[in-house]
Amino acid sequence: MTIMVSYLFLQHYWWLIISLLAGLLVFLMFVQGGQSFIFSLSENESQKTMIINALGKKWGFTFTTLVTFGGAFFASFPLFYASSFGGAYWLWMTILFSFVIQAVAYEYRSKPSNVFGKKTFDVFLFINGALGPFLIGTVVATFFSGSEFSLNEMNQVSWANRWHGLEALTDARNVSLGLAVLFLTRMNGLLYLINRIDDEDLNSRSFKKLISNTVFFLAFFIFFLITLFMAEGYQVDNNSGSIVTEKFKYFNNLLEMPLVLIIFLLGILAVLYGAGISVFRHSTKGIWFTGPGTIMTVLALFLIAGFNNTAFYPSSFDPGSSLTIRNASSSFFTLNTMMYFSFIIPFVIAYIWFAWKGISGKKITGTVMKKSEHIY
Amino acid sequence: MIENVDLSLVDWSRAQFALTAIYHWFFVPLTLGLSFIIAIMETLYVKTGNEEWKRTTKFWMTLFGINFAIGVATGIILEFEFGTNWSNYSWFVGDIFGAPLAIEGILAFFLESTFVAVMFFGWNKVSKRFHLISTWLVAVGASLSALWILVANAWMQNPVGMVFNPETARNEMINFWAVLFNPVAVDKFMHTITSGFLLGSIFVIGVSSFYLLKKREEWLAKRSILIAGIFGFLSSLTVVLTGDLSARTLAEVQPVKFAAFEAHYEGKRNAGLVAFGLLKDSEEKIGEKNVKDFVMKIEIPGFLSIMTGGDKNSFVPGIKDLILGNSEDVQILSVEEKMERGRYARDLLNEYKEAKKDKDVIRADEIKNIFLEKDFINDYFRFFGYAFLRSPEDAIPNVSIAFYSFHLMVILGFFFIVICALSVFLVLKDKIQKNRWFLWLALFSIPLVYIASESGWVLAEMGRQPWIIQDLMPVSAAVSQISAGSVITTFILFAVLFTALLVAEISIMLKQIRLGPKHKEDIK
Repeated sequence: MTIMVSYLFLQHYWWLIISLLAGLLVFLMFVQGGQSFIFSLSENESQKTMIINALGKKWGFTFTTLVTFGGAFFASFPLFYASSFGGAYWLWMTILFSFVIQAVAYEYRSKPSNVFGKKTFDVFLFINGALGPFLIGTVVATFFSGSEFSLNEMNQVSWANRWHGLEALTDARNVSLGLAVLFLTRMNGLLYLINRIDDEDLNSRSFKKLISNTVFFLAFFIFFLITLFMAEGYQVDNNSGSIVTEKFKYFNNLLEMPLVLIIFLLGILAVLYGAGISVFRHSTKGIWFTGPGTIMTVLALFLIAGFNNTAFYPSSFDPGSSLTIRNASSSFFTLNTMMYFSFIIPFVIAYIWFAWKGISGKKITGTVMKKSEHIY
Repeated sequence: MIENVDLSLVDWSRAQFALTAIYHWFFVPLTLGLSFIIAIMETLYVKTGNEEWKRTTKFWMTLFGINFAIGVATGIILEFEFGTNWSNYSWFVGDIFGAPLAIEGILAFFLESTFVAVMFFGWNKVSKRFHLISTWLVAVGASLSALWILVANAWMQNPVGMVFNPETARNEMINFWAVLFNPVAVDKFMHTITSGFLLGSIFVIGVSSFYLLKKREEWLAKRSILIAGIFGFLSSLTVVLTGDLSARTLAEVQPVKFAAFEAHYEGKRNAGLVAFGLLKDSEEKIGEKNVKDFVMKIEIPGFLSIMTGGDKNSFVPGIKDLILGNSEDVQILSVEEKMERGRYARDLLNEYKEAKKDKDVIRADEIKNIFLEKDFINDYFRFFGYAFLRSPEDAIPNVSIAFYSFHLMVILGFFFIVICALSVFLVLKDKIQKNRWFLWLALFSIPLVYIASESGWVLAEMGRQPWIIQDLMPVSAAVSQISAGSVITTFILFAVLFTALLVAEISIMLKQIRLGPKHKEDIK
């Protein structure tokens, strides 16, 4: 079977896939959000065990999504992989560091003879929970605010400062998105725990914490959106191929792509609705709305970063070096070949769903934990 | 391209990648092997309904889980280090190299992570059959993920299925099947996963032997040894066969690596295979590098010629022929000549970039077409990486490391065949407990199998030096432009972290082994 598609279509198709994976990743970081409550939500060891075990069953999916996101980005937009990872070295290394310590923490924390004690591994989970989403949000913000790099004629990257990515933390827009993502994952984490754990005391505290986290999320996200929509963006001039700045670029992108605007608005509404029914009606089903809402909102943000002739990884140091989905992508052949592999994704989602349903079973309670064979 | 590179940056970047890869490979082969052994055990449980099999399966599954988590943790760093530490490489070949990594994520990682959750949390929640299928899918998923990363690695050893595009200054894939069925990939995949199966088997035999030495868990230990022994024996035969095939392929596509792991300097007919030997520096030099000589060696006459060419009279080029050239016995270009040709290709690329800058469309198009010509590709572009070498002897990898890692791997490989065969024999004859020497030997084989397994990768990666992509790009041209200080800092951080996690892993593993499987009354 051969499907006739254009190079431009494939570049857009793969940016869409990357954007979907990003949305999925931010949603699945509810695991990290939940981990950030490890020391503050529970009042006794039994409650802590319930929280960790509810999250522990899902950490692998977040991790796998992150790895797949990285792999797909490498394969479809290798110039981004080379420029951002090779340039913003410290930012990415810190993110990776926080994920490495997470992977072992679940499995090792309650095992006898784990050398460092349960507390150490719990601290690992907390660090990953707080740092991971914040830094990933900060990196994503640089898709709009820009980074200080340049490319030579052989497309080799040079970073223009000695901070190698850490300078992103000095930009209020970046930090605000980082914090917005952190509080969003914390909201999703709470909603997931409310949905999975049947413990009145724990749930009541979760509902209370949800209010403050929603308020913080909204504050930082609105600040980010206002600065984003007011900001100049990097536009590709189709005739010359050069990068020029355009006022209100990202706001214009939303208006010029009505479907993306609808996805964006629906996403935000779903997040607000999910949080609303949980806060005001103490519904346990909020996650079913905030989850898809998160995916849609992140998807829309990525689409306005990369579609509509926008530079998705702008260089504030040398605008001509900015990356677009055209100049940063793999060849037609590679994108086309991988497109066939991407058709398997719905099947992957289907079996994940099937397997999750199979093992989810009853809600987690203290009794269920005691009977459980594999406890973190 | 990078002309003035900080060598300490290159060395530290290599050290960091080697550190991560070595740690990662401590855990992956056990996952590969143990997952299949567990699946076989669970199949026996489902077939027979015997609860002892369930108990046995669960015990090995606990050890699998401890090992799996840390394998995942170290794996994520490896993937991202291609970007963080080898950014020039990431662009130069990302069009080809990235695809297997993405496919690995989509096809294998999700399969593995989804069903590993069912494997651990699904007992009593899903049907026996569903659980069994999940366990098998974890095993298949683990091998499938190995397939794609090995396809990517094989491409670094033998770049095929691509063409260089001067406009983008990178290699671009033109034949996916050539990349997937690269002869190096096929051999490497089979050799690597079966070596993982063997490692898993030796691990199970060793741990079970510990129980028999302690006169504990006899039922579990004997049956585990039997399953692992058979599985390991069959795997070890495949390891030998695929190892032989790998060596033949290497002789063709990476002749310097091949000559290095045999410390074969003088090309000749009727060349012998060194089964064992000790090396020393001789007075003779190639450029600045000392030629290695043997203090002693045990050689199988003519075998190297038979292995590579099918008969005793076939000529096996030595390191000297490959570096200095040989026009008498066979036509082998000298590295000096390859450097010339590589520089020609690089200069042409620079000229193309100049023409583009000057808007000289005609010259730019001419050069672009030259890069597509078969003769140019075969005679010049395939030596592109040689343009970056400072002297011909730079093309010689560390011969001592290649030689000892290869021979250690092979000698231990044959030792494990004996261990697996003997373990099956002794269990079937019901004499295994009487032969305590064998139980001790099997127990101490566990560290040896890890040494053999790591040696294989040391050979594969160190033997390829100075190349990151054989003949096309040396490591010095591939490195990210960051400060050596940054890499030294992250190297130290990861070294401390990985070591701490390894210590925790071994401690937990030993404790679980000492505790043993849960007793019957604990089984739900």
